[in-house]
Amino acid sequence: MSVDASITVDSVVVEHQTSSGPVRALNGVSFTVDSGSSVAITGPSGGGKSTLLGVIGGLALPTSGSVRIGDSEISELSERDRSDFRRAHVGFVYQADNLLPFLTLLENVGLQLALNGTPSGTGRSLAVLANLGLAGLAYRLPDHLSGGQRQRAAVARAIVHQPAIILADEPTGALDAANAVGVIDLLLGMQHEIGATLIMVTHDREAAGRLDRQIHLRDGRVS
Amino acid sequence: MRPDTGRISIGGQQMDQLDDDARANLRADRIGFVLQSDNLIPFLTAVENVELAIGFGQVRRSTERARELLSDLGLAHRMDHLPRQLSGGESQRVAVGVALANEPDLLLADEVVGQLDSTTATDVMEMIFKASRERNLTVLYVTHDEQLARQAHHSLRLADRRVVAA
Repeated sequence: MSVDASITVDSVVVEHQTSSGPVRALNGVSFTVDSGSSVAITGPSGGGKSTLLGVIGGLALPTSGSVRIGDSEISELSERDRSDFRRAHVGFVYQADNLLPFLTLLENVGLQLALNGTPSGTGRSLAVLANLGLAGLAYRLPDHLSGGQRQRAAVARAIVHQPAIILADEPTGALDAANAVGVIDLLLGMQHEIGATLIMVTHDREAAGRLDRQIHLRDGRVS
Repeated sequence: MRPDTGRISIGGQQMDQLDDDARANLRADRIGFVLQSDNLIPFLTAVENVELAIGFGQVRRSTERARELLSDLGLAHRMDHLPRQLSGGESQRVAVGVALANEPDLLLADEVVGQLDSTTATDVMEMIFKASRERNLTVLYVTHDEQLARQAHHSLRLADRRVVAA
């Protein structure tokens, strides 16, 4: 990790235009997260959780307000600079594993390193896969794996470049209870190992309870 | 995957005799894939998705080349957009860009326009046919669309797991 991974979300508003007028997905959200800590974003569907995660990751811009990661004002960076920031410092995990079906696990995990131009990425990808119990499956295609194995590979891809921040959006939403516990174990284990800040959107109360802190969102506000 | 019996040869290379590593290398170096869903990585921009594929094919890896490719595909104005900011047709065109990035000899396309309206579907397929002509690329595509099937040099009809017309 090379950047201060504290997060400051300040008075963030995200407004979408709809046929019936503007709708606020986030309505003045403010909070701070210490570098290296873990936070669960909880709340009912449609409350703005995924929108918030997208804004923190620079995938979307707030209509007003600001998001700061360390010293970088994410919401003021150009699209290109936000893209550079994401690929260097952020790891993403979604409910869908988003593995490319025609690449092996090793290749899928190596994608992030290839994008950052990291030399000798294969060794590091293999080491991370081994760390997550997937060494024997490195040369398999995603279609040949179980849902839990695929999601573990998605975690591997999210952390292989040792990001400062891991953003996870319902990472266990498509898994059974046993696999869900396993994936949270891995996420927390890897977060501690690389010293990253973890923000996880989840409906799973048990998973949320294992993180350092919870932020509850309802109707676009912290409640 | 491997067949239980029978042989598949691509450019003289017998697929069923290759080990996992060799097959992965052959896929990365010589084959481009386009599927029905675009399979773009949602947290990477259009140009980053293409750039990744260049990295894997051992072709000189560069953002510049990815940008050139997307420009050729009529996406100069969408390069720095995320997949969710693109229309279905644009996403599928980026997916074609990903498939072409490593300068493959063979493009495998599985129902690539199945989710698109007919005008957009025609545009995307025209783009694939154009790439085939300009790059001397063999294209093998799966389709339910009879009209689209007729545009190929050859078509094979499969029913009940057998070729019934060729």
